[in-house]
Amino acid sequence: MIYADNAATTPMSQVAYNTMTNLMKEIWGNPSSLYTKGQESREVLEKAREEIASVIGANAREILFTSGGSESDNQALLTAARIGERKGKKHIVSDAFEHHAILHTLNRLKEEGFEVTLLDVHENGILDPAQVEEAIREDTCLVTIMYANNEIGTIQPIKEIGEICKKKNVLFHTDAVQAVGHIDIDVERDNIDMLSASGHKFNGPKGVGFLYARKGIQLSNLIEGGAQEKGKRAGTENVPAIGAMAAALREKKDHLEENAVFVSKMRDKLIAGLNAIPHSALNGDEKNRLPGNVSFCFEGIEGESLLLLLDDRGILASSGSACTSGSLDPSHVLLAIGRVHDVAHGSLRLTIDENVTEEDIDSIVKNVSEVVEYLRGFSPVWRDLINGKREFVL
Amino acid sequence: MALYSEKVMDHFRNPRNVGVIEDANGVGEVGNLKCGDIMKMYLKIENDVVEDVKFETFGCGSAIASSSMATELIKGQPVEKARELTNKAVAEALDGLPDYKMHCSVLAEEAIEAALDDYEKKQK
Repeated sequence: MIYADNAATTPMSQVAYNTMTNLMKEIWGNPSSLYTKGQESREVLEKAREEIASVIGANAREILFTSGGSESDNQALLTAARIGERKGKKHIVSDAFEHHAILHTLNRLKEEGFEVTLLDVHENGILDPAQVEEAIREDTCLVTIMYANNEIGTIQPIKEIGEICKKKNVLFHTDAVQAVGHIDIDVERDNIDMLSASGHKFNGPKGVGFLYARKGIQLSNLIEGGAQEKGKRAGTENVPAIGAMAAALREKKDHLEENAVFVSKMRDKLIAGLNAIPHSALNGDEKNRLPGNVSFCFEGIEGESLLLLLDDRGILASSGSACTSGSLDPSHVLLAIGRVHDVAHGSLRLTIDENVTEEDIDSIVKNVSEVVEYLRGFSPVWRDLINGKREFVL
Repeated sequence: MALYSEKVMDHFRNPRNVGVIEDANGVGEVGNLKCGDIMKMYLKIENDVVEDVKFETFGCGSAIASSSMATELIKGQPVEKARELTNKAVAEALDGLPDYKMHCSVLAEEAIEAALDDYEKKQK
């Protein structure tokens, strides 16, 4: 089996697994309890907080543990909205291909009377910081731009956007779920006020994540209750998962550079191999993308059939086709970078990690090429394309 | 739990009656690229019997399986029988489809209907 869907989730690393099982067995006290058994859990929690903070250049007090990326995104946006509203500022700047955790939360804020500007992300899937500068108004309370896109992997000019926000005195949040543990992030260098991350995207456990919020930002709660997380996120902390997440992230950070170099090399080999398939195209900028992300569109075929047949051949991938989403529209990300429906349906996302081998890449290229050719063999769309009844887009 | 029934996967992996009939006397194409499914049916009808049927499909696993099953259900049948094919029959023969994939079976029914319409138009 070749697992090429690391953007969906990652398997837990050995260190994360060991940490988690050990904590589940041994460190089961409630971190809010004052006796020793409780305080040893508290210690795990605070060590994890320090570990995570150090990886992204933050202070431990600025890290809030959550259930994952979606919760962090929700809380960050709600926080900025509440702060803005108190000052009469009800405008938010974001972009068209954010994760639904952002877009759907923005929709909810719109219902509350907020105005949202979604910036165009261009054909290469990268924003121009100048767009952000132009979009910021007197009443803008938040800019939220993802660090790297989850489908096409393009990396945004976060540092530059952060600088603009700092200059304009507007809160800046970034959904860094796909980036943390894979590329170097420093909240000081990048001028980030709030950042969302998820444990299972960097070989930690599922159901746990964190929100970084710069000192001085008064967080609004999503969950009311006890005084956990300084009263900003009630509920007894998931100590084993939090400890494992921190261990996973530490390991990723320790190997970040070598992994990025190797995985990027494998990614480029994969891109070169798939580029040989006629009437195909890479989605998003070729270089300025996550080390492990390869996203392609193939004309004349539909993504779900491609995925199912690749699964039969032991290759696990994903697609932005409508049929894989349960809706009639293909991925909003592909539409946002200007892919027409016809082509967006034939998309394939392969997200590799440092465990991939050259042989795996060769096998992926060979199998994808064969399956695309097979499906084109009985596609009425492909027939029309090669007979000139329909024009090629790619 | 698998996404599709064994039957769907069988017809998806080994679709029956795939291809084109060059001298078809009834051809129907339905669906659109916007929603991501296009089915094309080719019929060879002789003496009011569907002697041969082939299909081409651009679409997901259940669209391909539905096309395949639909061709199986009408092959060798009198035209009037083929006319009676419903999407429900296609879905049932496949041991069911997930709710949000039922439209694939509808598309199969419509593709056959369109091909039969084309045949009848040509007879006049």
